[in-house]
Amino acid sequence: MTDATAHRHPDPALEARDFGFWVYLMSDAIIFALLFATYVTLLGGTDGGPTPHDVFDLDRAFAETMLLLASSVTFGMATVSMVAKSKGGVLAWLAITFVLGAGFIFLEISEFTGMIAEGAGPDRSGFLSAFFTLVGTHGLHVSAGLVWILVMLAQISVKGLNPAVTSRLFRLGLFWHFLDIVWIGIFSVVYLPGVMS
Amino acid sequence: MSLAHKSPSELRTSYLIGVTLALILTLIPFAIVAFGLVPRETALLIIAALAVIQVLVHLYFFLHMDPRTAPRENILTMGFAIVLIFIMIGGSLWIMLDLHHRMML
Repeated sequence: MTDATAHRHPDPALEARDFGFWVYLMSDAIIFALLFATYVTLLGGTDGGPTPHDVFDLDRAFAETMLLLASSVTFGMATVSMVAKSKGGVLAWLAITFVLGAGFIFLEISEFTGMIAEGAGPDRSGFLSAFFTLVGTHGLHVSAGLVWILVMLAQISVKGLNPAVTSRLFRLGLFWHFLDIVWIGIFSVVYLPGVMS
Repeated sequence: MSLAHKSPSELRTSYLIGVTLALILTLIPFAIVAFGLVPRETALLIIAALAVIQVLVHLYFFLHMDPRTAPRENILTMGFAIVLIFIMIGGSLWIMLDLHHRMML
């Protein structure tokens, strides 16, 4: 337990990438913050159409929340296996994470298509435009994360847990846990107050 | 941001503590809304407070942002992002809600 930065990576280039990725995550956080501000600003703009109370389903929001939280833990277990140098463990936990993330995306797509079918699509009102932009942007990030998990599954299978692959897996973990933090904002700002209104 | 000095079992314990706290902090606000336990204004305050705590829990246990071991430049970047977020969310809401008020929307 000496200076942690001294033996994080043997390769300074990989360490620089960790910092670069962190800067990206912070700028992504600013994008989401602005989408949240836009959503709150447009919350009253329902144009006589559906209100948050009409379109949000607490049970589905809860299921989505649990899937994403569970996927964060399983990714954590993949990280534990990575530190323990267990290739099989990493592959198994990553695969479980992928299934949980895919379940989340499935629920979100069924929510979106259901709303659009009921005439509550993004073109209906300012409120719905802001809702689809905020939650859709998060969903796109999770989908990108799923693709990245597949890429990492392939790289780990072929190349093993070499320093470059380990470093990428660490950054994917930051990305995945970051998206769960954004989701805390979404259920606390969008779904819970919406269902109560 | 630093995993190298942690043993697998230490790391596993840290994730399990994190998820237990996260689960509690998620279940409370959902229960409040599902069962209508408190008035709306109180509920919004509790939801906001628990969300902030849960973000901190995730940062510490899942993103390994331990202020004692995280690299200084990461902490500085995060501090800068938080300042920007406060200015931009606060400024947007201030201006737009004032506009709503003046337009009597």
